Parts: sequence; structure tokens; C-alpha cells
Amino acid sequence: MTTSSNTKTPWELLSRGILSENPIFRLALSMCPAVGISTTVMNGLMLGVAVLLVQVFSSVTISLFKNQIHPRIRIPTYTLTIATWVTVIDLVMAAYLPGAYAKMGIFIKLIVAFAIITMRLEMFACKENAADSFWDGVGMGLGFMVGMVVIGFVRELLGSGAILGYDVLGFKPLLFFILPSAGFFVVGLMMAFFNWVELVYKRRKGIQS
Amino acid sequence: MKILKIPLSAVFLALLLLPAWLQAADFIESAAFSGKNGIAVAFAVPVDKTAAGEVSRYTVYEENDPDIKLSLASAALGSDGRSLQLLFAEPLNSAKTHVVRVQGLGDGAELNFKVAKPYFGHLFSILVAALLINNFVFTKYLGLCVFFGTSKRKKTAKGMGVVFTIVMVASASMSWLFYQFTLIPFHLDFLQIVVFIGLVSLTVQAVDTILRKVNPVLFNSFGVYLVLVIANCVIIAVPLIMSSLNYNFLETFMLALGAGGGFLLALYLMSSVRERLELAKIPPTFKGLPIAFIVAGQFALAFLGFSGLQLF
Repeated sequence: MTTSSNTKTPWELLSRGILSENPIFRLALSMCPAVGISTTVMNGLMLGVAVLLVQVFSSVTISLFKNQIHPRIRIPTYTLTIATWVTVIDLVMAAYLPGAYAKMGIFIKLIVAFAIITMRLEMFACKENAADSFWDGVGMGLGFMVGMVVIGFVRELLGSGAILGYDVLGFKPLLFFILPSAGFFVVGLMMAFFNWVELVYKRRKGIQS
Repeated sequence: MKILKIPLSAVFLALLLLPAWLQAADFIESAAFSGKNGIAVAFAVPVDKTAAGEVSRYTVYEENDPDIKLSLASAALGSDGRSLQLLFAEPLNSAKTHVVRVQGLGDGAELNFKVAKPYFGHLFSILVAALLINNFVFTKYLGLCVFFGTSKRKKTAKGMGVVFTIVMVASASMSWLFYQFTLIPFHLDFLQIVVFIGLVSLTVQAVDTILRKVNPVLFNSFGVYLVLVIANCVIIAVPLIMSSLNYNFLETFMLALGAGGGFLLALYLMSSVRERLELAKIPPTFKGLPIAFIVAGQFALAFLGFSGLQLF
């Protein structure tokens, strides 16, 4: 490893994306798909994989060419890089996974406008080397995927009583959760839950010290 | 400039030809949808009653699905021999153009005409659909980052909504021209994402520069929001929807206008609620975004009530 003293290990980069800077629950970025198509675990997983791939490819691309990009045109360069990779993923998914692609609708194409990807390029990939950018991209992508899968899990379980299409509960607790508008409620309640966990954690820590 | 001249004249030509396209043949005075599953036809001269009454002579299909023939239940000619009422087994989708072919009626050859909604009604229904039925925020779940970020104050919300509408209409019109006259002729439509996002960024930059020179007062109040507009999924969604549904220029314009207006409406509604929420007693865990999400969820449920709304 030729990393300098202030760069982080792959594990730290990964865990940061999944936990402390989770794109959906902590940074509250890229909320549209989290509300719109997280009705099942499978949808969440598919879009998560697409975002992960776009994030990793764009991060590595920008990191490799960071010395050739003039700082004044960096934002347009990021946008075009992301757009190119989104086109690649979009065409690949349309060709090999037509069923899942039809369910995603326009959201695969809209990955191009995800704030989270541009933000990682601006804050991380344009300064660090390719290996670190790769792990940072994987971490952020996984964080997004985990968020999508968790929301999808809750909505699929409560809405249709199933996980990944397999019937687990045998009945449908609340059909409401399958409705698109329930996405707002699930995400809102989950954010409140994480806030509550944080509050309790801080209070415990305060008492101990 | 030379490239632009041809498309513009083509657009005007298309506009002029629209009324002609609606009235197919002189023999047919008018043809329109009547009720949920009927088509009413008025002929210029009385026609043969027995021939007009035979269901097997008619072939009816939607213009973009010629293989799916619609099953006709009855064809009844009025006592004056000029008004014909076609009744179908199933309700018709009046948003689509229908083609009716009749064998051996009138001049003896095959009669062929189209039935469509009044064109302005069609355009208006696209506008209303984008504004209310498929509101981009509450039923399509697009642009939520900006929606939650800028809906804290009514004033900001209004400014943001107006800027969004302007940019959306401008960028959608440009995207349409580019898509129809560059991407499709050269079979480059797989590049649409790259091209559309570039065009949107360019439009935002152009609006910024023009507004700064032409109306500095307006720029001072709206300029700050322009930066936020560039990479936003609502703006990029309009050209993508336009290309997937193959809209013409007027339809694209109406879609963009409706989408922008819908975004303005959503921002205004949300900011009115959030200004009041600040005075309310909210549990600390729900402060900020969580309660905003739950309010938005309630709005989304309310907007479900618009589904099925049809004015024309």
C-alpha cells in the first residue's frame, strides 16, 4: 500500500458510506427513488446496484483523469462523465434485465441527476487516488443500496406480507404501504427512528461521562 | 442559424395543417367520441341504411395499434340517414386517435377516417395531467431534494417555482428541437441522456446570463436559485418523458408548462404548511425533515384523489 498517512483504509471508507454518512438516512440526498420505487426489496436492490456501478465507474474515471481536468470546467466534466456511465448502465440493463428495467421506468436514466454522485466526485474523487476513490464509491453505493433495501423490506413486508416475492406472513397487514405515497411516510418515520436512536445514544453517553 | 430555419418553418407548417388532419374526408361532416364507448359520425349526404347497419363492414382500431381491432357491438343509422352511431363492446380510450374503415359505403370504395379528441382538448389534458393527476412531486416523486430544501419559506418557494417553470419550458423546447432534428435523423437517440443534461445545463447558464442583463431586479431575487436548478431530476425528466412518448412540439410545451406549474403548486402548498409547523409543538425526533416527509405523504394521498380526472 502506498497510501499516505492521512488517507484512510478501505474498511474505513466503506463503513463511512454505509453508516456515518449514509446517503439516504444521514445526508438526505437522492430521496426521489427512495420514495418512488422502493415498493419491493428487488426494486431497491436493482436500483442500488445501478447506482453502485455508476458511482464506482465515475469515481474511478474522474480520479484517473483528475490532473487533466481544468478546475473551471470540472462540474460539466463530472456531469458528462456520469451521463456517459448512466447511458452504459441504462443500455446494459435494458438489454439483459428487461423485466426489472420496465419496473424502474425513468429512474435508471435519472441517476444522472443524483446529487450524491456529483457530491462524491467533487469532495473525494477529484483529490484522492484511484484505489481510494474506488473504495469510497463502493461505500457510498452500498450505503445507498442498503437504504433502498431497508425501505423496500419494510414496505414489502407490511404491504404484501412477502420478502423478495416469497410469501412469509401469509396475510397482508397493511395494503397502504404498497401505495407509492406511503414511501413518504416510511422514509419520514425511519428518519425519526434514527434521530431517536441518536438522541438515546447521546443521553446514555452523557450520563456515563 | 441555417439549421434552425428549417425546423421552425416545419413547425409552423405542422400547425397550419392540424385542422386539415382532423377532418379526413369531405363525405364525413364530423366524427367524434360520444359517451364512454361510442363514436358519432355525421355524413354530408344520406347513406344506404342496410349497408350502414352491418357491423361486419366496419374495422376500427387505435392509430398506433393497427393489429388490435376493436369489437363493434352495433351500428345504428338515424332516421335522416346521415347520423351514424357506433357502439363498442368496451369503453374507448378517447386519448388515442382511432381509425375507422368502412367497406362499400358512400362511393362504393373503402371509406377511411380518423376520430380524435379536439386538439386543444388533448393539449389541455396533457397540461392538467402534468399539473395535477401526475404531479411531478406528489405522484411521480421527482425533485424531492430541491422540494424539501427550498420549501421552508413561502417567498423562496414562489421564486423557486417560477424559475423552475421558466427553465423547464426553455430546456424542454430546446431538447425537442435537438432530439427531432439531430438525434433522430442521425440515429443517435441512445445519447439522449448525455445530450439532454448538457442542454439543460446550457439553458440554465443562458437564463442566468440573459436575466442578469435584461432584468437585474428579477435576477437579484431569483438568481440564487438558478444554481440549484442545474442537475435536478424534475428538469431532466421532462425531455426524457417527451422522447419516450414521442410528443410533438406543442405537447412538449404543455408537458413542460404543466410540470413546472405543478412543481410551483407543490412548493407553495408545502411551504404554507411548513411555515405553520414552525409554531407547532413537534416531538424533537420528528423536527425538520421527518415531519416534512409525513406532511408530503399526506399531500400525496390527497393528490391521489385527482386520478381519473378528465375534463374533455
